[in-house]
Amino acid sequence: MWLRNNALQASALGAGLLLTAAIALIAFYVPTDADQGLSQKIFYFHVPIALTAYACFGWGAWKALRHLWHRDERADLESYVAIHLGVIFGALTIVTGSIWARASWGVWWAWQSRQLVLFLVLFLFYCAYFMLRYSVESGPRRARLSAVYAIFGVVLIPISFLAIRLAEDFIHPTVFTSRGPQMAGSMFFTFCVSWAAMLATAHALYRIELAGKRIDAQLRELGELLT
Amino acid sequence: MTSAEKYVAAAYLVVFVALLAYVVIIASKLARLEAALTELVERVRARG
Repeated sequence: MWLRNNALQASALGAGLLLTAAIALIAFYVPTDADQGLSQKIFYFHVPIALTAYACFGWGAWKALRHLWHRDERADLESYVAIHLGVIFGALTIVTGSIWARASWGVWWAWQSRQLVLFLVLFLFYCAYFMLRYSVESGPRRARLSAVYAIFGVVLIPISFLAIRLAEDFIHPTVFTSRGPQMAGSMFFTFCVSWAAMLATAHALYRIELAGKRIDAQLRELGELLT
Repeated sequence: MTSAEKYVAAAYLVVFVALLAYVVIIASKLARLEAALTELVERVRARG
């Protein structure tokens, strides 16, 4: 009952607890990688953030599809908020990945890595979503155009995800293969907790931003009714 | 502090600062909504 009435608070609390647990596991539990040393610990935030960005873009595309299919007005706003969060998580992926690249490879960016370039293309594609959205006047046309664009972008996700496997990229490491995760059990457990923490954080931020935008829209409507 | 430690600290700090910035932006939006709501309530009261 409490959960139903306080879903937003519960979501934020869960995200906070999972983030604390993930940081504690990374700092005190998981062993230091024998090959890369301490810099490998960036992996526990970098990869979950990247996967969360994919999830946000995927969720945004799903909501866009719902908008086109069912003419659901609420789904347009939900799609926008999901893509907004996806761009934030995408930017964090690029920044944390760049720091990790500098620590491991000695460079901030490697253009020859197809996975990095494809992720950048995906990120820039969704950055352009906002340019499109705000270049069209608010209304059903803008919602439809944004929805179509969001659905097109989702095609890049599997390409970006599978690029390293298809293109034999030797620079960017592959830890998740067809034989399962190539890491110790404790490392995989820490990774899973970190990923859950990132997903919970994205979920909490999604709900908070969505609630704010809905209240804003209702207040505007009320203001117009009063004039 | 070794260079590896600096890079790890920097990566985690970036995520922390981004989350903090997001919370600050949301808080400022909330304050703006509160002000808009107060204004609407005043307008309704003024109408009697």
